[in-house]
Amino acid sequence: MTKETEGLKGDALARSRRQFLKAGATGLAAAGLGAGVGSSLARAETAKPTAAGAKAAAVSDPANLPPNVAEWSKVLGDGVQAHPYGKPSKYEAHVVRRDVEWLTASRESSVNFTPLHELDGIITPNGLCFERHHGGAPSINPHDHRLMIHGLVDKPLIFTMQDLMRMPRVNRIFFLECAANSGMEWRGAQLNGCQFTHGMVHNVMYTGVPLKVVLEEAGLKPNAKWLLLEGGDASGLDRSVPIEKALDDVILAYKMNGEALREENGYPLRAVIPGWQGNMWVKWLRRIKVGDQPWHTREETSKYTDLMTDGRARRFTFIMDAKSVITNPSPQAPLLFKGRNVLSGLAWSGRGKVTRVDVTLDGGKNWQEARIDGPVLDKSLTRFYVDFDWQGQEMLIQSRAHDSTGYLQPTKDELRKIRGVNNIYHNNGIQTWLVRANGETENVEIN
Amino acid sequence: MSRSTKALVAGLMLAAGVVPAAAGKLGLGREATPAEIAGWDIDVRPDGQGLPQGKGTAAQGEGLFQERCSPCHGDFGEGRDKWPVLAGGQGTLKDDRPDKTIGSYWPYASTIMDYIRHAMPFGNAQSLTPDEAYAITAYLLQLNDVIKDPNFVLDQNSFKTIKMPNAGGFYDDDREVAEKSFWRKDPCMKDCKSKVELTGHASVIDVTPDNKSGPKVD
Repeated sequence: MTKETEGLKGDALARSRRQFLKAGATGLAAAGLGAGVGSSLARAETAKPTAAGAKAAAVSDPANLPPNVAEWSKVLGDGVQAHPYGKPSKYEAHVVRRDVEWLTASRESSVNFTPLHELDGIITPNGLCFERHHGGAPSINPHDHRLMIHGLVDKPLIFTMQDLMRMPRVNRIFFLECAANSGMEWRGAQLNGCQFTHGMVHNVMYTGVPLKVVLEEAGLKPNAKWLLLEGGDASGLDRSVPIEKALDDVILAYKMNGEALREENGYPLRAVIPGWQGNMWVKWLRRIKVGDQPWHTREETSKYTDLMTDGRARRFTFIMDAKSVITNPSPQAPLLFKGRNVLSGLAWSGRGKVTRVDVTLDGGKNWQEARIDGPVLDKSLTRFYVDFDWQGQEMLIQSRAHDSTGYLQPTKDELRKIRGVNNIYHNNGIQTWLVRANGETENVEIN
Repeated sequence: MSRSTKALVAGLMLAAGVVPAAAGKLGLGREATPAEIAGWDIDVRPDGQGLPQGKGTAAQGEGLFQERCSPCHGDFGEGRDKWPVLAGGQGTLKDDRPDKTIGSYWPYASTIMDYIRHAMPFGNAQSLTPDEAYAITAYLLQLNDVIKDPNFVLDQNSFKTIKMPNAGGFYDDDREVAEKSFWRKDPCMKDCKSKVELTGHASVIDVTPDNKSGPKVD
């Protein structure tokens, strides 16, 4: 990252820093490294940096440090309305979704990943929520969008977006995880970064109308047992949903984190199926057909079924089991300093709340309970921390989540023993990172 | 309750912002017409519900497939570049690298009709007529050896005679039983292992972006 700045002084360093920061967005983005540009630089000179930390610290420009007065303390900054829709600081330009282009035939039927290592708290900012499309993300005029409800109903109905927004609303925070999250890791440690190993998950507050209210408006026939949800995008993605779940907690959402859904997350309308696999949360929702049997669509037969070692496959594996991951340190977020550090991570469960998270720093020999901080909500991401002292020792770190049903996140070996390695989906195994003496961190597997 | 009391209650509810709708309905949305429904009602179920009027044979489907499908899927469904393989792989589901295709894995032929009516060709969805969809489906079934006769007429009636080789290969989620060992109390917290050993690392395979080699994804 900054081999060039090591050993530089004064003007040379200042020049190099300006060049670095200019190229910084792309340079850091390519490296996937984000640590240090924000807060840790401020104390870089007084802390005891690792080699990686020293590199990050070398980026400071003495001209801006006391007793000098920084440029920005002298001249006026932007006025209000410079950006009617605000964006993060340019110094955060490395905080972006990323994809792995060679994984798929085209970007229209593909996925990208949330930069978990850069985020904190439990809310995923809208612009960083991972995308998964099967036919690209359409740009839909909300005035032309319709939701059709028909089939085993008393009266088939068509709703405009305004109709739906005039119905009683609810606000709920839920995680959405793709069942294929961590899918590339079944056979072993593969991708070197929690963004790639765990980034098909996000957590936002949805505002919308309970599906129950919409179905009651149409009136369900007594033999209504399954719904077909269908998207209005170029894949017309369709999934069968059992009526009990539909009437329980499914929401038809039009807002995420207070503002309209982003186009790539389903604008203007998507289904929210709490705790269940992301593929079912049909985006750009245009039609709900009420029936008495499942449709066995491609997304619930060819895909999103879990092949076991005996050659048979599980289907309708709706629920996302308890899972956790340490986001810092992680390969894209190496440890920069010896001494006090904050280990941070996320835990979640599609069966309920996270009740406890255990962390090990020594490869599973000894565990401690992590400190859960912030709201603990049903079927939502939960934040945990371990404040620890690091003396430069090599560490093998893991986290494991306990949920409110008494489920404990298993190891990858425990999962593979039951399911084999061709399951593709539902890899909720414990993740191990190896932190080396120089702070660099790697995706590994251990016994 | 007297009429005047009812009026009073209604008035109070109105004032409080609570207006009861007729018979529990909100009075939002309007009735969908049969024509509107017909335009969007393109799903197909395994029991045949939703199959459109129309027919096609594998012989007819072959030409259509070359034209509309083979650029991605190959002339024989063998897949080009990273586009999906549609044929072959029968008997491989227990292999280390199973080949999951229409013939080796899909439980129902109706899924082919449902999927292509919704999503294919890629980038030109909902462009196939029902006859074309039947013909292409028949061709795919022939490529997978499910239909033997290229002139077999696939239509709303004959569809129910198609049985897929892997129809019996699926079972409902049983994790709560098969994986009940994951519901456990009081896991070990101290001195849980005598030895810790590395069994694999990503830096060896190192398939993180910007590396061009790596595992294929379904």
